[in-house]
Amino acid sequence: MAQIAAPVAAPKRRKNLLSDGQGTLAGILLSPTLLVLLVVVGIPIIMSVRESFFAIPSGVDENGRRFTEEKFVGFYNFTSIFANPEMVNAVWGPMNRLVNAFINTSVFTIVCVSLETVLGVAMALIMARAFRGRGLIRAAILVPWAIPTIVSAMMWKLIFDSAGVANKILGQTVLWLGDGPQSQWAVIIADVWKTAPFIGLLALAGLQTISTDVYEAARVDGANAWQQFTRITLPLVKPALVVAVLFRTLDTLRMFDLPYGLIGPNKYSVETMSMFAYQEARNLRYGPAAAYSIILFLYLVVIAYAFVALLGADVIGDDELKAVSAQRKRQRALNKAQRRSGGPGAATRPPKVRTTITSGESPT
Amino acid sequence: MTAATVPQYRTTAAEIAILNKPKRNAQWWLGKVGIIAGMAFIVIYCLLPFYWMVISAFRLPTMGQSTDFWPNPASLENFAAVFSPVNNFGRALLNSAIVSVSTTLLTLFFGIIGAYALARLRFWAKGLVLAVIIGCSMFPGITLLVPLLKMFSGYYPWFPNWLNTYQALIVPSLSFGLPLAVWNLTAFFRQLPVELEQAAMVDGCTPGQAFQKVILPLAAPGVFTTAILTFIAVWNEFLFALTFNQDKDMKTATVAMYQFTGSLGFNTPYGTIMAAGVLLTIPLLILVLFFQRRIVDGLTAGGVK
Repeated sequence: MAQIAAPVAAPKRRKNLLSDGQGTLAGILLSPTLLVLLVVVGIPIIMSVRESFFAIPSGVDENGRRFTEEKFVGFYNFTSIFANPEMVNAVWGPMNRLVNAFINTSVFTIVCVSLETVLGVAMALIMARAFRGRGLIRAAILVPWAIPTIVSAMMWKLIFDSAGVANKILGQTVLWLGDGPQSQWAVIIADVWKTAPFIGLLALAGLQTISTDVYEAARVDGANAWQQFTRITLPLVKPALVVAVLFRTLDTLRMFDLPYGLIGPNKYSVETMSMFAYQEARNLRYGPAAAYSIILFLYLVVIAYAFVALLGADVIGDDELKAVSAQRKRQRALNKAQRRSGGPGAATRPPKVRTTITSGESPT
Repeated sequence: MTAATVPQYRTTAAEIAILNKPKRNAQWWLGKVGIIAGMAFIVIYCLLPFYWMVISAFRLPTMGQSTDFWPNPASLENFAAVFSPVNNFGRALLNSAIVSVSTTLLTLFFGIIGAYALARLRFWAKGLVLAVIIGCSMFPGITLLVPLLKMFSGYYPWFPNWLNTYQALIVPSLSFGLPLAVWNLTAFFRQLPVELEQAAMVDGCTPGQAFQKVILPLAAPGVFTTAILTFIAVWNEFLFALTFNQDKDMKTATVAMYQFTGSLGFNTPYGTIMAAGVLLTIPLLILVLFFQRRIVDGLTAGGVK
C-alpha cells in the first residue's frame, strides 16, 4: 500500500501537494548545508567559468615588457586548441595535447570500468555462494578500497619497476613506468585492482536482495545456469549495478592521483584531463586550466545524463519523489483522456485530483 | 489395526538422515571446489599487492627493490627512516589527522540536520536539493581547484593568502565530504520508521525533542558509519593537499609520502615510501576490520535498498 488516492477538499491556500507546513522547517534545517555547498562548490565553479574566458596574452606590451595581467580573451582558451595546438606524440599519434588527454581519459574510463564491472560481478557471484569464510573475504575485499589511491600508486610503482617483481614473474624487462602503451596498462591494472572489489561489494548487496524462490521457480521451469544468470540475476542486479558503474565512471573520468603517482606528471601517454589542467594551473596559466577543467566538467555532465536517461540510473532513490512524479503522470493521462472524450467539460481543464502521499513507505 | 503390525513400516531415524543428506555427486564436488578456488582467487587478488608493500617496508632501506618474497634480513630501519627529521612524517600524520577530523566533525554537524530534513520533511524543492547534493559529489575536483588556487595564493587583494593553512584543506574537502555525509545519513534516517517520532510526539515531545531524544540515539550507528566513510575520504585526499600545502610543516601524510626523497640519498627510497604507505594505511585498516559490516552497509546504502 502506498498511496491513498482519495480526492480531498483541500484548503484554498495550499498550492503544492508536498508542502504541508514543513517547508519552513526544511528550509531552516537545509540552509546551512546548502550555504556551505554554495560557498565551496557554487562560487568556485562560477569563478572557474569566468576564469576560462581570461588569459595572460603572449608577447610583449608597448614598453617591451611581457604581459603579466590577465585580459578578457573570449573563447580564445577553447579555440586555441584548434588555432595554435600544442602538439604531443604519445600513444595515439601526433595530436593536440588536450585531445590526447581527452582520448586517454576516455580510453581509461571505458577499459577500466568494463574490466571492473565484469570482475566485480564475478566476485559477487562467488561471494554470494560462499557459506564459510564470508567475513574473511569481506575484510580482504575492503583492503584495496581502504588503501589511499596515492599509496596504491606508489605500491604499484614498486611492483612495476623495471627491476621489480612484475617483470621477475613475467621473465621479461618491460619498461612499465616509461612513457608508452605499457604504462597505460600499468595504470589500468592498478585501477582495476583497487576498484573491482568495490563494485563486487555493491553487486553482492544487490544479489542478496534477490529471493531464492525466483531461482527455484526458474529451475522448475527448466532454466539452465546461464539462463538464470542472464534472465534473473542481471536484470534484478541492474539497478544497483548501474548506479555503482555510474559512480565509478565519473571517478575514472576525473582520475588524477593514480597516473600522477604511478607514472608521473608530463607523461603524455597517461596524461588525463585532470592532470593536464593541473599542470596548466601549476604553471600559473589559470585561464587555459579553467577552460580545460570546464570541458572535463561538461563531459562528466553529459555522461551522467546519459546514464540517467538511457540506462535509467536511479541515483536519487527517493520513494516519495517517485510517487509524486507517478501522480503527475496519472493526472496528465486523465487530462488527455478527458480532452479526447470530447465531453461537456472538454474545453475547460478537468478538476485537479488531489492525493495524499504517505511518507516513508514504498509506493511499489 | 494393532500395534504389532506397525513396526514393519517404520522408517528409522538413520534412514531419514540418509534420505535428507544432499546428493554429493561429481557435479556437487566440482561446484564446491570451484567456489573455494574462486574465494582463494579473490583473497589473493586483494591481498597480494598489499603483501608486497608490507614486506618491502620490512626490508633494509638499501634493498627496497629486492624481489625476494620474504624480507631477508627483516629490518625496521625503513620505519625509523620514515620518522627521521628529513622526512618529518610524524608532523604530516598529525596534519592529516587534524584536517580529516575537523572536516568529519563539520560535515556531521551540517549533514545530520540537513539529512533529517531530506529524509522526513515534505517540501517543494526536495528533488532539486537532492539532485544538487548528488551533483556536488560528482563534481571534478580540478574544476574547483583552479579558482581556489588563484584565490588562496593571494591573487585577489580581498582574499588572504591561505596557502599552507589547515583551512585551505578543510574548506575544499567539504565539497566532497558534505555530499557524501548527507547522502549516507539520508539513507540511514529513511530506514528508521516514522512511527517512532509520531509516538514521541504523541507523548508530548516537540519535533525537535523527538529528533534529539528518539531519532538521534537510534541513528547513532549510521552517524558513526558516515563519520568513518568521510574520515577515510578526506584522509585519502591528494589533489588539494598537493596543491595548497607544499610547506614542510603543513604537508599532509599522503603528499609527504609521495615526495619522500629518502634519508640515505638513494634514487627512489622505495622501502621508506612503502613503510610510510603502511603507516598511512594502518589506521584505515583497523577501522575497516573492526567495522567492516557497518562500512559495507554504509557503502551500499546509497545504491541498494
